Amino acid sequence: MTATATAGPGAVAAGEVVLDLRGISKSFGAVAALTDVDLDVRAGEVVAVVGDNGAGKSTLVKVLSGVHAADRGEIAFRGRPVRIGSPADARDLGIATVFQDLALCENLNVVQNLFLGAELRGLRLDEVQMEVRSWELLRQLSAKIPTVRIPVASLSGGQRQTVAIARSLLGDPEVVILDEPTAALGVAQTAEVLNLVDRLRENGLGVIMISHNMEDVQAVADRVAVLRLGRNNGTFDVGSTTVEEVIAAITGATDNAVTRRTPRRRDRGRPDPAPDPGSDPAPGDTHPPEEETR
Amino acid sequence: MSTPTETHTGAATPVPAVPADRQDERLVQAVGLGGAVRQFLDRLRGGDLGVVPVVAGLVVIAVVLQVLNPVFLSSTNLVNLLLESVPVGMIALGIVLVLLVGQIDLSVGSVSGLSAATLAVLFVDQGQPAIVALLAAVLSGTAIGLFYGFVFTRFGIPSFVISLAGLLGFLGLQLYVLRGIGSINLPFDSQLVYFAQLAFLPAWLSYVLVVAVAAGLLLTGLGRSRARRAAGLSGASTTFVLVRSALVLVVLGGAVAYLNTARGIGWMVALFVGLVSVVHYVLTRTKYGTYLFAVGGNVEAARRAGIDVRRVYVGAFVACSTLAAVGGVLAASRLAAANQSTGTGDVNLNAIAAAVIGGTSLFGGRGTAFAALLGILVIQSISSGLTLLNLDSSFRFMVTGAVLLLAVGVDSVARASRASHGRG
Repeated sequence: MTATATAGPGAVAAGEVVLDLRGISKSFGAVAALTDVDLDVRAGEVVAVVGDNGAGKSTLVKVLSGVHAADRGEIAFRGRPVRIGSPADARDLGIATVFQDLALCENLNVVQNLFLGAELRGLRLDEVQMEVRSWELLRQLSAKIPTVRIPVASLSGGQRQTVAIARSLLGDPEVVILDEPTAALGVAQTAEVLNLVDRLRENGLGVIMISHNMEDVQAVADRVAVLRLGRNNGTFDVGSTTVEEVIAAITGATDNAVTRRTPRRRDRGRPDPAPDPGSDPAPGDTHPPEEETR
Repeated sequence: MSTPTETHTGAATPVPAVPADRQDERLVQAVGLGGAVRQFLDRLRGGDLGVVPVVAGLVVIAVVLQVLNPVFLSSTNLVNLLLESVPVGMIALGIVLVLLVGQIDLSVGSVSGLSAATLAVLFVDQGQPAIVALLAAVLSGTAIGLFYGFVFTRFGIPSFVISLAGLLGFLGLQLYVLRGIGSINLPFDSQLVYFAQLAFLPAWLSYVLVVAVAAGLLLTGLGRSRARRAAGLSGASTTFVLVRSALVLVVLGGAVAYLNTARGIGWMVALFVGLVSVVHYVLTRTKYGTYLFAVGGNVEAARRAGIDVRRVYVGAFVACSTLAAVGGVLAASRLAAANQSTGTGDVNLNAIAAAVIGGTSLFGGRGTAFAALLGILVIQSISSGLTLLNLDSSFRFMVTGAVLLLAVGVDSVARASRASHGRG
């Protein structure tokens, strides 16, 4: 594996696997946050990564974005093995990440945050061009931000999410990772963000979306990859899978309150075959110590 | 550079008649000179005070001291006051940079003392050329900054502790360098002493510089608002830019003319103001300045944005220690001597107090280069005024302490106001 600075130029063919993870493992002390996780995303595809708290979703995001290096495993970007050792590596490859905590500097204004680490003309900042680009990006997201010259501290949660997503698009990424993009948003802004995810796909980007919200996943994702206790627990095609199957894979139980309730509710409306997911059985009631690592 | 989503714009957005940054109907429209003044008042009400409190404080201090002793505002005294401000002001400029990244350097006094001792020993005792001694002294500060940066980024020891150790260690090194000598006098006919004591700008040059500054402000201001309008953004009104440049011309020109009735502007003062301007440019118009603010505001966000955070920290420590060493050289030159007490006593605390009084936040991410200039003027005015009143240093310490508390108090109240007005 070699350190990488640039991804090869040239357009990605639709359907080509842009990012391919094999056997990724990551431990924090005695806690194995990720064990032999596989994941791939194609150009023009939205892959949702779902899982319960402590399933390893955030750790996976951090491995992909270069915040933590994986202990073991291989990452291939457009077929070439790469090493993602730092956030700059990830960005140079074309992997953009929107973190759940957004990672914005509250004392800087919107333009400065958008271009942080990617300033135009570093020794004499091209403020005009940066502001024009900022407005372009924000308009594309139908952002409701009155002015870009105020500190991010004075923006609402939804506005901050928009700024963070706009920032991820600046470097012309090929893969965009969204970590719980709609968690803090209102109804209209959630719809906007989901529209945006659709647009990213239409433009041939690979999108990895971490989510808790099954409605959002159903709305935009092509495939759902389920993580459970740091391991893969099945990948489902959204078009041919029911919510219950996914939930069963998340919880590791084929029979629990949620899976029983959902079909019951459906039965009242129309008959629906009971789901029968082939996921592995739950390891009883004992849960090993787990945590959402940061 | 094209974004993946660009295909969606073309159809929807025709060329706007309203500038791109003025289209939101919720935005308070501030157009022209009156708008600029209104915006400024709004910012003040919102707790975004900037340098206003320290300027107001300077005015109050000047008026009070002038009433108590009419010599205070005499041009002779002001010329001296400015010269006296420079060495510690230089150190305070470095402190501003370290505070911006949310760290502190308590050892700047010792570093300046060590630099002064190095200069004197090399120049006088060893007979080296002035330029060699000068470079060695300044580079000793750079080396110390590199060491601090290395220890801080590699081992994660809090900068408070590192620089506390440095305060003791480099004071010891200073005493060691001067062992058996105690005090070294710099010859009065040397360039160094001449520069710090006797070199003044010719009157014509000082006026040329003032005009150049005002003209530069005018041209960059007009150029910037033209570029913004050409790009479809709102630009500052021509009247506003004109009035601002004219104000600078009148105020700065008046001050220079008054100082020229005595000895005028010392070259050392010009050097300091020039350096403050350079640092101001770096902080506001280059990416390195943005990185300093970013690291001070949210270091994790800065790291994830791909900024080499360690390099930013090292840069801040190096700049601070180097400027402290420059301050030490200037202090020795001004005094025409380096001794065991150079850089000790209140130098450390005055430098830090100056940065904070000038409006630099102790918590990182907020401050300007001019904080060092304005803060040291406050401290030096108090010192000068109380000396004129024949009050000894006991009063100076007490008054300076009270002013520091007042300055931080004003900032705390302003911060509460910023929070409630959404200005972070």
